[in-house]
Amino acid sequence: MYFCSHPNVMISTDICIVGAGPVGLFAVFEAGLLKMRCHLIDALPQVGGQLSEIYPKKPIYDIPGYPSVLAGELVDKLMEQIAPFNPSFTLGERVESLDRQPDESFIVTTNMGTQVAAKVVVIAGGLGCFEPRKPELARLDDFEHKGVSYMILDPEKYRGKKVILAGGGDSALDWAIHLADIAAELTLVHRNETFRGALDSSEKVFELAQKGKIRLLLSSALEELHGNGQLSAVSVSNKQKEVATYHADYLIPLFGLSPKLGPIENWGLNLDKSAIQVNVEDYSTNVAGVFAIGDINTYPGKLKLILCGFHEAALMAQSAFRYVYPEQKLSFKYTTVNGIHTF
Amino acid sequence: MADITFFVEEPDGQRTPIEVPTDMGLSLMEVLKGSDYPILATCGGMALCATCHIELLEGHANDPTDAELDMLDTLFNTTEQSRLSCQIRISELSHGAVLRLRGETN
Ligand SMILES: Cc1cc2nc3c(=O)[nH]c(=O)nc-3n(C[C@H](O)[C@H](O)[C@H](O)COP(=O)(O)OP(=O)(O)OC[C@H]3O[C@@H](n4cnc5c(N)ncnc54)[C@H](O)[C@@H]3O)c2cc1C
Ligand code: FES
Repeated sequence: MYFCSHPNVMISTDICIVGAGPVGLFAVFEAGLLKMRCHLIDALPQVGGQLSEIYPKKPIYDIPGYPSVLAGELVDKLMEQIAPFNPSFTLGERVESLDRQPDESFIVTTNMGTQVAAKVVVIAGGLGCFEPRKPELARLDDFEHKGVSYMILDPEKYRGKKVILAGGGDSALDWAIHLADIAAELTLVHRNETFRGALDSSEKVFELAQKGKIRLLLSSALEELHGNGQLSAVSVSNKQKEVATYHADYLIPLFGLSPKLGPIENWGLNLDKSAIQVNVEDYSTNVAGVFAIGDINTYPGKLKLILCGFHEAALMAQSAFRYVYPEQKLSFKYTTVNGIHTF
Repeated sequence: MADITFFVEEPDGQRTPIEVPTDMGLSLMEVLKGSDYPILATCGGMALCATCHIELLEGHANDPTDAELDMLDTLFNTTEQSRLSCQIRISELSHGAVLRLRGETN
């Protein structure tokens, strides 16, 4: 498996899948059976969509063949199942645009400038992009990517830097522990007096605070950002409303994520509320060569279930094959007969 | 069983009354969605997404569970009155309660 993050390098593939939730992942398998290669892009730093982001530890009971499976485990199994087809991934980047080329293929471009050239685009965008909840702070937008980020893609970026994390959930605690050894100075700002996240993580955070490895600012709130073009300091208020200012190279607010349809809105696709209208024969959209599967699509009788998304992926792949190779005959084969031919 | 009426304080300060039966096992989130408030409720009421965040300005309801408090603790815009509407049972919401929506909408 190959994870890449090379802005300005063109990745070339048969199918570009927007969204690496369960349905996007399974589409790799169905496309792979028909010898089509896939590249997946997801705005989240990890694969699995809603299953990884919202309910990794909850059991799912309606996956055929599994009386019960943890959502996180299902994602791991899907990754194992598609590994033979060597999909490549761009994670932590949001797809911004979809442009048709003179030869009818597409170029998909992310917010970080990564470009993927593909014959077919499959949108498996679920409920949309998971976008970070942003604190209400003046000039926050000005400092995005200039010291403020909402996701940690590469912890090494923070080595030897002054970092302020804000938030009280598990991800804030986990990253505080992880970055305590990497950052030159790590501050964790939380609005309450205690943490309600996993007990062992919060104990560890208090232990690191006692050792002086984490500066804990409890019952505190972010007040103001400072810097000239680049973030240089953050003001934080405490319970008594006293404000103190701390030097900072980076501020990372971690207040959870919520999905927004996002750029998909602007790709010329027929929409019904926040979903893409598709043809139920093959889940194609009104734009030739673009398919939509999983929670992102809508049609009469649509159910937002993983199982339904898997079915849609199978039908989509057959039609995508005929679109990519109009000359070739597609004969339907069982995996039991043919096995899985890796590439 | 009787109906109760609660009020949604709109952004302009107006209070919209909503009347609901208390014996249908509904959550406040379900009633708000049913009344066409565009609450996302991404997790479908499992206290896992916080998009159904409200402030209970007046009145009372069942006490929050640990799961609800954990989720609220991850937000930045909570107040003493913050609740997850999916965790409030209509059967335990007080008649005349007033609330304000705070979560993400669609
Ligand atoms: C709490 C909960 C419990 C559930 N329980 C069940 C259950 O028991 N059984 C069941 O079948 N279903 C269940 N579901 C529903 C199930 O999770 C969804 O049907 C499933 O996740 C849909 O998969 P998907 O791949 O279509 O989309 P998602 O899982 O939503 O993944 C879509 C991905 O696309 C990405 N994306 C979107 N737009 C862009 C863009 N422009 N650029 C880059 N990336 C983008 C998003 O970041 C996301 O990661 C449950 C859902 C929740 C929230
Ligand atoms: S609906 Fe998700 S927390 Fe209430």
